[in-house]
Amino acid sequence: MKNFFSEKTVLSIPPLIYLIALFLVPTILMVVIAFREPGSYGGVAPLIEHVNNTTRINLTLDSFKFAMTSHFIWQLFWRSVGFSLLSTFCCLIIGYPLAMLIAKSKKNYREFLLLLVIIPFWSCFLIRIYAWMIILGPQSGFTHMINYIVNVLGYPPVNLLYSSAAVVICMIYINLPFMVLPLYANLEKHDEALIEASRDLGATNFQAFLKVTIPLSMPGILAGSALVFIPCIGMFVVPELVGNNCSLMIGNLIKQQFLQTMNWPLGSVTSIIMSLSVLGITLLFVCFAVRFGGLKYANK
Amino acid sequence: MAILEIQNVSKSFEDNLVVNNISINIEQGEFFTLLGPSGCGKTTLLRMIAGFTNPDSGKIFLDGKNITNLPPEERPLHTIFQSFALFPHLTVFDNVAFPLKMAKWNKIKLVSQVEELLEDVQLTKFAKRYPHELSGGQKQRVAIARSLVDRPKLLLLDEPLSALDARLREHMHVELVKLQEETGVTFVYVTHDQQEALALSSRMAVLNFGEIEQLDTPQAVYAKPKTYFAADFLGKCNLLPAEVRAITNKTLTLKVSDILEFDLDIEEVGEIKVGGKGWYAIRPEKIKANRNMPTEVEDIFTAKATTKSYYYYGDATLYEFTLANGTKLQAMLSNLRATQPNFFDNEQEVIVSFDPQAGNFLVE
Repeated sequence: MKNFFSEKTVLSIPPLIYLIALFLVPTILMVVIAFREPGSYGGVAPLIEHVNNTTRINLTLDSFKFAMTSHFIWQLFWRSVGFSLLSTFCCLIIGYPLAMLIAKSKKNYREFLLLLVIIPFWSCFLIRIYAWMIILGPQSGFTHMINYIVNVLGYPPVNLLYSSAAVVICMIYINLPFMVLPLYANLEKHDEALIEASRDLGATNFQAFLKVTIPLSMPGILAGSALVFIPCIGMFVVPELVGNNCSLMIGNLIKQQFLQTMNWPLGSVTSIIMSLSVLGITLLFVCFAVRFGGLKYANK
Repeated sequence: MAILEIQNVSKSFEDNLVVNNISINIEQGEFFTLLGPSGCGKTTLLRMIAGFTNPDSGKIFLDGKNITNLPPEERPLHTIFQSFALFPHLTVFDNVAFPLKMAKWNKIKLVSQVEELLEDVQLTKFAKRYPHELSGGQKQRVAIARSLVDRPKLLLLDEPLSALDARLREHMHVELVKLQEETGVTFVYVTHDQQEALALSSRMAVLNFGEIEQLDTPQAVYAKPKTYFAADFLGKCNLLPAEVRAITNKTLTLKVSDILEFDLDIEEVGEIKVGGKGWYAIRPEKIKANRNMPTEVEDIFTAKATTKSYYYYGDATLYEFTLANGTKLQAMLSNLRATQPNFFDNEQEVIVSFDPQAGNFLVE
């Protein structure tokens, strides 16, 4: 009892309450709703019902059965995974050189360059997506340029807006800072002497990058990838604004189940599928982090 | 033939001339030391040999081949960094194997070569460990094994022992010299530690402001420093203002600190003229002090002095005396006697004596 009022315990109570109220309770609710029956007018049917002098408890596995066998739900699920992986990969390809550039630039410029990376956060998420709707719209110079190239190559003009490409482009744009920041934090700490040592021991510039810089930045790559992948997979605003029927993602389905179709149990089941897949993929990231460098020498 | 020839190499950063027209020839199998205070250009010179920096002018030859503008990976030499620069993501074995993998050695030869090197530095048991699991001394030995594994023609060491504590440093001195003798690889060693330079080198260069002050064996540099800086930087030294009164053949008659006058034999008169000014440099341990006039007075110069202070070092005691006109004179007296040393009291009058030939005349 003596330790109960210690600083540690007292200080950990507010975050504990926060987590219980906003994470644990909703998760339990989600799981419970998944086993209930949909109500006739949306929401859920009462748990205990008295019909003709008999008492019924309305719990069912129907929503799970439906979700597991629904071709449509799995199509959305795999599309979400595919879009998210593609966005994460593109963020890595674009973000790595950018983070490297910032980390290698002179100390006085670094903060300014980081500021440029963060500036988009100052405006509203929706406004930034609307800006992309203009860029990708049929009237924009960008679209004209793309269609000119497409024309030269001998294909009919393409419509950029309301396509899967637009969804991926916007997800890359929205999430790029989350890739750049952890990568920068990692690359900035690299000891220049290690690169010099590898050159001294016979590695070319490119070999030094492959054998030293990349393995040492693995923790940054994994952290950035997780930070991009996880919000991507649950995205629903972007496909709704710039996508078409063939680019809907699992997040759109969940939103529809709760707000339009009002089938809460099916929405909950879909949410559970998404949460479990995010959990699984995060665990995979952690395994990678342990296997390929990262954590082994993190505490030097 | 010299294995490393540095010819008229200069380097400046912005407007700062860091290395000024330096030429050095280093022989095969030498343990050569570049000694100097921080900012004297010794590390820049080393980095130019390693290929991390290109000289503004001058040439560097390794084993007769011009390597001045080669990238570091194409130079058959290695550097041991002050921070060791071990790859934290690789095991000890993979660290040592790194240069062989880069040179695409075949697997079987690679494994046996790495194992042999690990045995040489007594790290066989640690092959599977990661650098962060090693002590400072072990890291140092991995760095050495990694740099010697492909038998380079030259090994550059950039203050490799400065990260270790004093005891370990002394232990590594012995190991380094042993390793250098066993492998026969030429070592170029950079340090600001004069003890290290004296103890390890076969030859050494004293650098100051990007120029060589003196290049010779440690014994010669210590006993007969050629410049004021070399005398002052390397160990303790009494530097007394002196004037040449007469020159007969190769003997100078010096007037030192206005009150001492004695003859000094020199190897070469050179530019020294009668009336020329300079310093008389003599090491504190060459000076003796007695309460009474010493008996063996022949060819020994004596003067009266007053004790000002003393510092007890254990093996020796450093005294500060003043001569009759206030000139300060340091003397290092060995504590040879079986009993506790019987120190001179402050303000006590003593007779200092030394052999003038133990010192050196430095032209201003």
